Amino acid sequence: MRAVRILSAALLTLGLAAAPAAADSSPSPEASGDNAAGPTRAGTSFRTATEVEQGQTATARASTGDYLYWSFPADAGQRPTVRATVKLPESHAAETWQVDVYDGLRRRQACQYGAQTRTAGAGTTSVELACVLRTVRAWSEPWANDPLPGTYYVRLTALTLSADDLGQPVETELRVESKEIGGAAAVDGSLSEPLVPGIASRPEEDADDDSPSAVLADLEPEDGWTSGWWSDRWVWTAAGGALAALAGVFGYRLTRGPGRPRHVPPGA
Amino acid sequence: MIRRTRPVAGAIALLAALTAGIAFPAGAAAGEPTGQDAPKVDLVLDVSGSMRARDIDGQSRMAAAKQAFNEVLDATPEEVQLGIRTLGADYAGDDRKEGCKDTAQLYPVGPLDRTEAKTAVATLVPTGWTPIGPALLRAADDLDGGDGSKRIVLISDGEDTCAPLDPCEVAREIAAKGIGLTIDTLGLVPNAKLSRQLSCIAEATGGTYTSIEHQDELTDRVNELVDRAAEPVVTPVATEGAGSCDKAPVLQSGLYTDREEFGQQRWYRVELLAGQELRASVSVAADRAVRPDYGVLMRAVTVHGREIVRGEATGNGRTDVVSTGLRYPKPELEDDDSGKPAAETVCIGVTTSFSADAGVKTTPGLPLELTVDVVDGPDNASDVASFGLGRGWWLLGALVVTGFLAGLVWGWLSRWRVAVWRTN
Repeated sequence: MRAVRILSAALLTLGLAAAPAAADSSPSPEASGDNAAGPTRAGTSFRTATEVEQGQTATARASTGDYLYWSFPADAGQRPTVRATVKLPESHAAETWQVDVYDGLRRRQACQYGAQTRTAGAGTTSVELACVLRTVRAWSEPWANDPLPGTYYVRLTALTLSADDLGQPVETELRVESKEIGGAAAVDGSLSEPLVPGIASRPEEDADDDSPSAVLADLEPEDGWTSGWWSDRWVWTAAGGALAALAGVFGYRLTRGPGRPRHVPPGA
Repeated sequence: MIRRTRPVAGAIALLAALTAGIAFPAGAAAGEPTGQDAPKVDLVLDVSGSMRARDIDGQSRMAAAKQAFNEVLDATPEEVQLGIRTLGADYAGDDRKEGCKDTAQLYPVGPLDRTEAKTAVATLVPTGWTPIGPALLRAADDLDGGDGSKRIVLISDGEDTCAPLDPCEVAREIAAKGIGLTIDTLGLVPNAKLSRQLSCIAEATGGTYTSIEHQDELTDRVNELVDRAAEPVVTPVATEGAGSCDKAPVLQSGLYTDREEFGQQRWYRVELLAGQELRASVSVAADRAVRPDYGVLMRAVTVHGREIVRGEATGNGRTDVVSTGLRYPKPELEDDDSGKPAAETVCIGVTTSFSADAGVKTTPGLPLELTVDVVDGPDNASDVASFGLGRGWWLLGALVVTGFLAGLVWGWLSRWRVAVWRTN
């Protein structure tokens, strides 16, 4: 029975140690507050994209025909969903709107689900677009187009429109949220730096100067970029090992019988 | 049991310390010096005769513009250097040649004296022609100098009356000077033709076009554009790629611009040490009317012409840019006997498949934006799964069954050993 007690103590320890760590590694996007007001403007190019935190709602007043750019950080293990709403003017001809997502290398990222492109018929007052990205991996081969931790760009624009609708005022709203996929998406390997544009040419940090700096992308996930070290695979594997040990003890007792005979000296 | 809890507590503390240390690597970078000049904005206002029309909230277009300007001048951020230029303000005659030269600097670009600027605006009377092209050229001269962001806000109520100088092409030429200038356009109660012309001007420089029907829209929009100019933006460095790799310029980490004509190849070189990773991305802007199917290809090639990796993108429909990127981690050297590792020269070639209808000017080339980042290489994966660890009920089941079987065998062995001992 002693062996069993030790094993259960070990299991408990493991569980205790793992629980806070697991909570650490999966920040919920809602933590920043559902009503967190985001920026009220959008950029007009990759270079000037407005940065948005996940969970924030970014709004922008724009004109039909503008190309609106936002950027947001996404970390390994997250599966980001981009939702955009466009409120159209009262009278307009049919317009097709599209939301595109690009990674930190400006490579277009595929949407798994969601209405990425939608046509608003004449008189429709709003268009809702969505794009569910693939799960962000910590590492991939350079020849692959897999989403990697880093900055993601969102471009919202009218794809087709009539000349009469050019420049008409529209109101846009953008919200990015992520689902934590967790250990199922944990891969080996990691990037030395997240895929943030301009990360190699950032000006040196200067504590005295608090003027806003000009960098291509600055935002990080709420808890910083993960190191890629932790995943719940540690818990699964350790728990599996412990259970195997317990099963081993059980099997041993089945065939060995109830303890050794009383007259057998220890060490025999 | 009491003796056992101590190491357990120690293990928890150690684990917690480890996770805490790993979870918070580096603090977010805060303030960094920009080292940039003040942003400059030139407001270009159409003061042609048509501004007399009373169709903006019951008042004349001119009155609406004046009121908007007053509010904008009040709200302009301190750091912005604002200037005002007029077109068609002075010459009321019929001579087209004279009328098309009629553009004047109402208030010079520089530190803003609000009262003075407002007084100047108040004197404006709708008068002459609409020479948009010449006004843009002069406005670009007004903004010349300094490396801050530069923005022209053009407010007009009628299309250019000074053909054959196409204001669209003027805008492209201004953008091609590489002084990082954006032109935003606002059309007052525009017709379709004006919309098309102003949006063409805006798209040629990566700006925006807005049509204005009400006075508050005008104020809000101009305010927003002026505020946007005040935001710090990374200014790219102009470079000129070559037609082949051996003549290509060597680029460091940074942001670059170039021009690429239809069907042209642009080559750049990057020096990469073993164990470093090259990240490059390119976006080519469609600043003129292009056919609706296009693509871009970016290749990383060795000096001997072997392709290492490529990034490609295609698209169709209306677009501002088409972009792609690539990543090339150069592996660590296996045997490091040679002492200092020699840098490998990686050639980056960019080609596009934009095409335009006959009649569309092909010079200057399409604007190209290139980012280059050289960072440390990644930790490569030896296994697909993280550290080769497992996960899921199948793993648990397999481990339990294996453990159970091992226990059975072990128990049977030890019973057999006891039996052997007994018989002896």
